Amino acid sequence: MTEQRDPIIRLVEIEKSFGTQKVLRKASLDIRTGKATVIVGGSGQGKSVLLKHMLGLLKPDNGQVLIHGKDISRMKKNELMEVRRDIGVLFQSSALFDSITVYENVALPLRERTKLKEAEIGRIVKEKLALMDLHGVEEKYPAQLSGGMRKRVGLARALVLDPKIVFLDEPTTGLDVKRSEEIYKLFHHTQRKLGYTSVIVSHDAPKIFKLADYVALVADGKIQECLPPEDFQTSENPYVKAFIQATMGEIYRGEGESL
Amino acid sequence: MVVNCLRGFEFLGDWALYYFNLTGRMGLFMLRAVIATIVPPYKWEPLVNQIHFIGAKSLFVIIFTGAFTGMVLGLQGYYSLSQFGSESALGSAIGLSLVRELGPVLTALMVTGRAGSAICAEIGIMRNTEQIDALECMAIDPFKFLIAPKLVAAIISLPILAAFFNVVGILGGYLIAVPVLGVNEGAYFQGMYQSVIWDDLYMGLVKSLAFAIIIIGICASKGFYVHLDRAGGFGAEGVSRVTTSAVVFSSVAILVGDYLITAILL
Repeated sequence: MTEQRDPIIRLVEIEKSFGTQKVLRKASLDIRTGKATVIVGGSGQGKSVLLKHMLGLLKPDNGQVLIHGKDISRMKKNELMEVRRDIGVLFQSSALFDSITVYENVALPLRERTKLKEAEIGRIVKEKLALMDLHGVEEKYPAQLSGGMRKRVGLARALVLDPKIVFLDEPTTGLDVKRSEEIYKLFHHTQRKLGYTSVIVSHDAPKIFKLADYVALVADGKIQECLPPEDFQTSENPYVKAFIQATMGEIYRGEGESL
Repeated sequence: MVVNCLRGFEFLGDWALYYFNLTGRMGLFMLRAVIATIVPPYKWEPLVNQIHFIGAKSLFVIIFTGAFTGMVLGLQGYYSLSQFGSESALGSAIGLSLVRELGPVLTALMVTGRAGSAICAEIGIMRNTEQIDALECMAIDPFKFLIAPKLVAAIISLPILAAFFNVVGILGGYLIAVPVLGVNEGAYFQGMYQSVIWDDLYMGLVKSLAFAIIIIGICASKGFYVHLDRAGGFGAEGVSRVTTSAVVFSSVAILVGDYLITAILL
């Protein structure tokens, strides 16, 4: 962690156990303003747990979660609500409300959190859906959409209030290569356009590196490294080396087979 | 031997802790639901939808059970009363048992089975598919958004449904008593008119309101905390298990509550 300037989110020595299982042991991480930070790591290493701490859905046993310099793990409920107003989240399962239509899903944050008129809400929803390349799906229910479309609706909903921070939990899990590429492109495009800070949890390394300004590896309950992708790939940290070898190795084998 | 004894204690302690925890959680859940209900802003559309779901859609089943309950009361009441030669008191007997007891209790049991189970399953599925986390992350209070409209709708619907149950029950009893068993029509209604007083209606109303809170408190909180269920509240099976236990728990609580309210108000 070379530069410490202006981190929008800081995790300070987070410890978290579930029963007897210690998932995080003094994990620390800085998320820099306006950048895309990708959190990678093997399954069960605590990537999602880390993300849930940043969302305030889990409280650490020890340590601090600072957003804009304030510790959200010790906040009252309404203070936390205030912080969450600046946050958009795409969940692993998309977490769309399955008993209302796509339009109503994307409109929900606007209806509940703003005093906008219905016409204005309609305009914003259409604009966000168009940004995600979704046309003519407004009246469909989430269950009638494909996995990739659901992710895009989820992303539209996450971005509808123009948040300052966007969290994405496994944005491409369960999608084929083409759909993953689409999501990556969309995401890259919208981040450049809207300029938010993003935190992406993914196991789709090394492809996800293309999106990343910083890559952080979670292993053994800690953040082993948080570096720009090029530096990350040449890091001497044994965990990072092992991770790079495992993931890159697979990719090279994959390409060899397809030739 | 000693180890077995200790294990018994361990089991008992574990059981007690779990149920204390559960009761406390439900209490706090209700408190948060009530606060979310009172604090503005108020939205009418979700409330109307929930009244439609909990109230209007339960009407048919309430009318159906009400009619048959009244008819059975007519038969059984006639049989019992005729042993003392007081068939003319049949109207009072039916009116009092419906208004004070059977109306609110059976209505609440039917609503638990129809709407309580659906509420528990709906909220449980929302929990398991991260929809409740999503609400929280969007800074939308799930209590305000999900629970409050259901609570208010149940509080409004249950007394009205119980009133329907009573009216249909009284007519059902009449149908058996007067044309079939030959009880005097005037005696049926006059007896009822004289013996059912405001206090009886008041007791029925208090029960309906209490049962509305019990149903939502238990069914909604069971679904809301499905992930904390002891037997493992994951996936479809987890939801089905908590739904079953919510219906059982809620029904038992209604009957126990009925006893307590009767004992206090009598």
